[in-house]
Amino acid sequence: MAEPVVHQGSVGPVTRLAPYRAVLAARVRAQRSYRSNFLIDLGSSLLVGFVELAEVWILFHNVHVLGGFTFVQILLVFGIADFSFALADLFFGHCDNLPTYLRAGTLDVFYLRPQPVLMQLITSEISLRRLSRAGLGVGSIVIALALNDIDWSAARVALLVLALVSATATFAALFVWAAGLQFFLVSGAELTNAFVYGGRYAATQPAAVWSRPIKVVFGFLFPMAFTAYLPALELLGLPGPQWLPAGLAWCTPLAALWSWGMALGTWRVGMRHYQGGGG
Amino acid sequence: MSPNLLPYWKLFVAGFRQQSTYRLAAFGGLVANATFGFLKVAVLFATVRAAGGQLHGYDLGVMSSYIWISQGLLGSINLSGRTDLADRIKDGAVAVDFLRPIDVQAANVATEVGKAVFALVPRGIPSVALGAIVVGMSLPSTPAPYLLGALSLLVGITVSAATAYIVATVGFWLIESRGVQVLYMVVSGFLAGLFVPIALFPGWLSAIAAATPFPSMMMYPIDVISGRVVGLAALGLFAAQLGWLAVTGLIGHALTRAGRRKLEIQGG
Repeated sequence: MAEPVVHQGSVGPVTRLAPYRAVLAARVRAQRSYRSNFLIDLGSSLLVGFVELAEVWILFHNVHVLGGFTFVQILLVFGIADFSFALADLFFGHCDNLPTYLRAGTLDVFYLRPQPVLMQLITSEISLRRLSRAGLGVGSIVIALALNDIDWSAARVALLVLALVSATATFAALFVWAAGLQFFLVSGAELTNAFVYGGRYAATQPAAVWSRPIKVVFGFLFPMAFTAYLPALELLGLPGPQWLPAGLAWCTPLAALWSWGMALGTWRVGMRHYQGGGG
Repeated sequence: MSPNLLPYWKLFVAGFRQQSTYRLAAFGGLVANATFGFLKVAVLFATVRAAGGQLHGYDLGVMSSYIWISQGLLGSINLSGRTDLADRIKDGAVAVDFLRPIDVQAANVATEVGKAVFALVPRGIPSVALGAIVVGMSLPSTPAPYLLGALSLLVGITVSAATAYIVATVGFWLIESRGVQVLYMVVSGFLAGLFVPIALFPGWLSAIAAATPFPSMMMYPIDVISGRVVGLAALGLFAAQLGWLAVTGLIGHALTRAGRRKLEIQGG
């Protein structure tokens, strides 16, 4: 443990990643060893997904077209958003635990180790229970792709893949952004939940129903419309509303880059602000 | 006040004061309420408009009242199923609670109701005010809905605390009661009418909701305060709430007695 900083430049990436892999493998083993708890977690995570889908379905049960989408069409938006959010949550969701570490003073341990604090925080846990939720997302995407009349082309296949990758990166950035702010908020985690979980909720909506202020906040500042709604518009061949034309779907990687810029900037400021837990 | 009830009143006040120290948390909660509120306004207003301006008794004004009152109640209704009591049962500290010369169930519910009533100040009132000013909402112009609504709200908060108490007492039998708590968390918000009003549910789903205490916590008080349900129908909702208060209270009482014996068998 004493020397790795000195050697870090010379060792290969495999050796450098070994500590992270060791921690993650231990977390995976730990979660799987409490078998019944793990099954309950998988089941409840799936049930949460179904309840959220039911909330969307009930609206379309009352009116058949909402924001220019039918239920089968919004299912594609829901699927892309839910799958990407579940994946981001799987790998980054436990960044939400930062306030607990801050209050208990245990974050200081991270500073003692010769690895970046953010990388340690991200690899400190992996929430395998989100796998069932991601499965629901995949199921929704497959059903939606089968039921919708999509004019497939190589470009549209590429767009779907690009959207899933960029959306996962965008949601992951939100978790890191929120963690960066926790250095200032500590007990005010709900403030960032408004944008992380509010963002997830926004990402599943047809953005055509949004007022202009919401378009500014969840269309561009936290680019939720780019995660699922815009790619779905382009895949389904629908025009977009004011400010959000379908062609913007190709800018989803830019939205992911913007989110990560914001996330890493916030994280750096937060790290500088942190004075230690007094231990 | 009778000396028998005094301790519970003091616990209620203590719960109220405990919450008043977390100001930043309350502000964070308010921001979350407002953000979700505006997103709900967007999608639910679009739904009412798509239905031609009227949907199961909801026009835009009534829908707005529903949205902002439900957001405002988020800090007061326990939709997570988490309680301090669950932790005290798990680590055995509840044995100390049983030694005190007061009723464990009444003491816990009184404290939780105190916290919940306080939460109306930083989260409930500002949420409703924000909605009324920025979006506009229709509220009743006669005093009756407000009087019955205040009672209905207090009973709703108490039903919520009494039900969360039942979830915690499951811990007397299961060492790890998290599965039950998580299940409660998943279904409570949905069946309480948090994201979509229950009137919009298909028949079979609203029947399922009515067979649980969850609508009594949030949907019925909102229906009464917003004036969507008036007169005898409003009294009917209130009666249903009182029924659920009795049911959850009695179940909690029975589980406390049985759990106490179970705890003693384990050695406390």
